[in-house]
Amino acid sequence: MSQTTAGVPETTTPTQVPGGLRTGGRLPRWTSWAVFAGALAAVALLDLAVALNTALYVLFTAVLGTVALFGLSRAAEGRRTALDRLVTCVVASAFGLAMVPLVSLIYEVVSRGIARLDGEFFTFSLVGVVGEGGGAYHAIFGTLIITGLTALISVPIGLLTAIYLVEYGAGRLKRAITFLVDVMTGIPSIVAGLFAYALFSIFFGPGVRLGIAGSVALSVLMVPVVVRSAEEVLKLVPNELREAAYALGVPKWRTIVKVVLPTAVGGLGTGITLAVARVVGETAPLLVTVGITNATNLNPFDGRMATLPVYAFYQLTQPGVPPEFAIDRAWTAALLLIVLVMVLNVVARLISRLFAPTTGR
Amino acid sequence: MTGVNPSPPVRRLGDRLFAGSARGAGIAILVVLAGVAAFLVVDSVPALVAPAADVPGGKGVFSYVGPLLFGTVIAAVIALVVATPLGVAIALFLTHYAPRRLAQGLGYVVDLLAAIPSIVFGFWGIFWLAPRMVPFYAWAEEHLGFIPLFAGPASATGRTMLTAGVVLAVMILPIISAISREVFAQVPTLHREAALALGATRWEMIRMAVLPYGRSGVIGGAMLGLGRALGETLAIALVLSVSAGTMTFNLISSTNPSTIAANIALQFPESSGLDVHTLIASGLALFALTLVVNVLARAVVNRRADFSGAN
Repeated sequence: MSQTTAGVPETTTPTQVPGGLRTGGRLPRWTSWAVFAGALAAVALLDLAVALNTALYVLFTAVLGTVALFGLSRAAEGRRTALDRLVTCVVASAFGLAMVPLVSLIYEVVSRGIARLDGEFFTFSLVGVVGEGGGAYHAIFGTLIITGLTALISVPIGLLTAIYLVEYGAGRLKRAITFLVDVMTGIPSIVAGLFAYALFSIFFGPGVRLGIAGSVALSVLMVPVVVRSAEEVLKLVPNELREAAYALGVPKWRTIVKVVLPTAVGGLGTGITLAVARVVGETAPLLVTVGITNATNLNPFDGRMATLPVYAFYQLTQPGVPPEFAIDRAWTAALLLIVLVMVLNVVARLISRLFAPTTGR
Repeated sequence: MTGVNPSPPVRRLGDRLFAGSARGAGIAILVVLAGVAAFLVVDSVPALVAPAADVPGGKGVFSYVGPLLFGTVIAAVIALVVATPLGVAIALFLTHYAPRRLAQGLGYVVDLLAAIPSIVFGFWGIFWLAPRMVPFYAWAEEHLGFIPLFAGPASATGRTMLTAGVVLAVMILPIISAISREVFAQVPTLHREAALALGATRWEMIRMAVLPYGRSGVIGGAMLGLGRALGETLAIALVLSVSAGTMTFNLISSTNPSTIAANIALQFPESSGLDVHTLIASGLALFALTLVVNVLARAVVNRRADFSGAN
C-alpha cells in the first residue's frame, strides 16, 4: 500500500490520521477530484450512447463518483474512512442540490421579467388595457401605501411591547406575552387575512375590501417579527448604561428613550427593515382583504386597491386573451417584488453597519 | 428585571405614561390573538349550523373541510420528508464541512431563499419545476406504479401533489437549516475535540457529538417548518391542479385534493354569504392545526434552550 503514498510528500496531515486507521495508507489529496473527473468522463461516454438531460447528467456523475470514491477508499483506507468520505460527498451534494432552486428561480424571474421592465410599466395602470401595454403604476403605489401603513401600525406596537418585555415586564404577563408572540409568528398569513376581513365586515358589512384592512392583516404578521428582533437587540444593551443613568437621577422612561433606544438604534432599524421585507411580498392576506382593481386608487380607506403581489397573481391566473402580455406583466411584477425584498435586505445590512454602536470611548 | 428600584420609587407622570403604554402594547397583542380566534369562531358559526345541503359540496361543513385538511397535511408531510434531511445536511455542510471563509457567505445565500415571496415560488413551481417533473412522473408511473403513491395516471402538466410538496420543501428549507445550524454551532468544542482525540473520523465525530446534541433543535426546526408548510397559500394555489372533494394518496396524478389555505385564496374573492362562512370555518381548522404544531415546536425548542447554557 505504501506505493500509493510514495509520490505525495504531504499525505500525513496530522489532524486527519487518527490512530485506528492504520489498516491502509491515505489516498493522495487529489484522489477525490480525479475520481469525480473520471465519473464525469464515464457519464459523457454514456451520454453518447443514450442522450441524457442535464439533471440526469449531474445525478449520474455525483452517484457514480461517490460510489467509486467509496469503493476505492474502502479498499485502500478501510471502512471508517470510506464512510467518512461517503458522508462528505452526500453532504456536499445536498448543499449543491439546495442551490438549484435558488439559482433557477432567480434566473427564471430575471430572464422572463426583464421583457416588460420599461417606463410604461412604472407609469401606467391597467385602465382600458386589453392585451399589450399597461403597467403596474397603481399596484406599485398600492403596495407602498399599504406597507407603509402596516409599518405605521406595527412599529410602535412592536417596539413598545419589546420595551415592556425587556425593561418592565415580570411574572406571568411577561411569560404569556413572550409565548403568544412566539405563537403569533406561526399564524398562517391567510388566517391573518380572514381575521382582518371578519373584523372589518362588522363595521362595513360583508364583502368589504379596504386597503386599511390589508394593513391590519399584515400587521398581525409583522408585529411579532418586530417584537422578536427588538427584544433581542434591547437585551444586548449593557446594564451598566442603565445603571449609570439611574445613578445620575434620570427617570426610567428618559433612560429608555435617551440611553437604551439610541444605543440599540442600529439593531432596531435592521429588525424593522427585515420585518417590512417579510410582509411586502405577502399575497394571501391582501387577496382576501384588499382585492384587486385596474384603476389607480391611492386611498386606503375607500374600496379596493391594487398591490404588486395580488397584481402578479391575477395577471398570471386570469390573463385574458391573448394571455402572453398579462403573463409578461406578472413576471415583471414578480421581478419587482424580488428586487424590493433584496433592496430591503441590503438596506438592513447597511443600517446595522452604519449605526453599529461605537466601541471606542 | 434590572433590579435598580430606588427605595421610595419616584413615579413621575412620564414614567407612568411610558410604562402604561408599553404594558398596553403588550396587552394589545394578547387581545389581537384572542380576537383572531374569536372572530374566526364567530364567523364560522353560520356555516356550522347551516343545513348540510346549503354548504358547498352539499354534505355539510365537515365533509367540505375534511378533504382540504387531508390535502394540507399530505402536502406538508411531503415537504417535511424532503426538506428535513436536506436542511440538516446543509446545516452540517455550513458548520462542519465548508471552508471557514466561505461558510458565512454561503449561509447568506441559503437565507436568501427565506426572503423570496411565496408567490414567486409559485411562479417558479408552475413554470420551471412542474414541466421538469413530467418525465419523472411518467417514469414513476411505469416503473413504480405498483406503489399506491405513484399509481398514476401521470399528470401531463406536472402540477401534482408531489410538485407542490417539493415547492413547499424548498420554502421551509431555510427555516430548518437555520435552526439546525444554530444548534450545531453551539455544540461544545470540548465534545467535538474529545471525539476527534479518540480517533474518530469527521463523520464519527458528527454522529457521536454533534447530532445527539442537536437533535431536539432539529426536531423543533422541522416542526416550525411544518407549521409554515401547513399555512402556505399562494405557492400551492398556483402549482396544484385541484379537483374538489378528492382524497387520494396518489401523488403524481392531476386530480388532487386542495389545501385549506390555497382553497381559501382561490375561492374567497368570488364568494359571498354562506360560502364565506364555510371558508372561514376551514380557516379556523387551519388556525387550530398550526397553533398546535407551533406550540409543540416552541416547547421543544425552548426546552433545549434551557439546557444549552448558551444564554
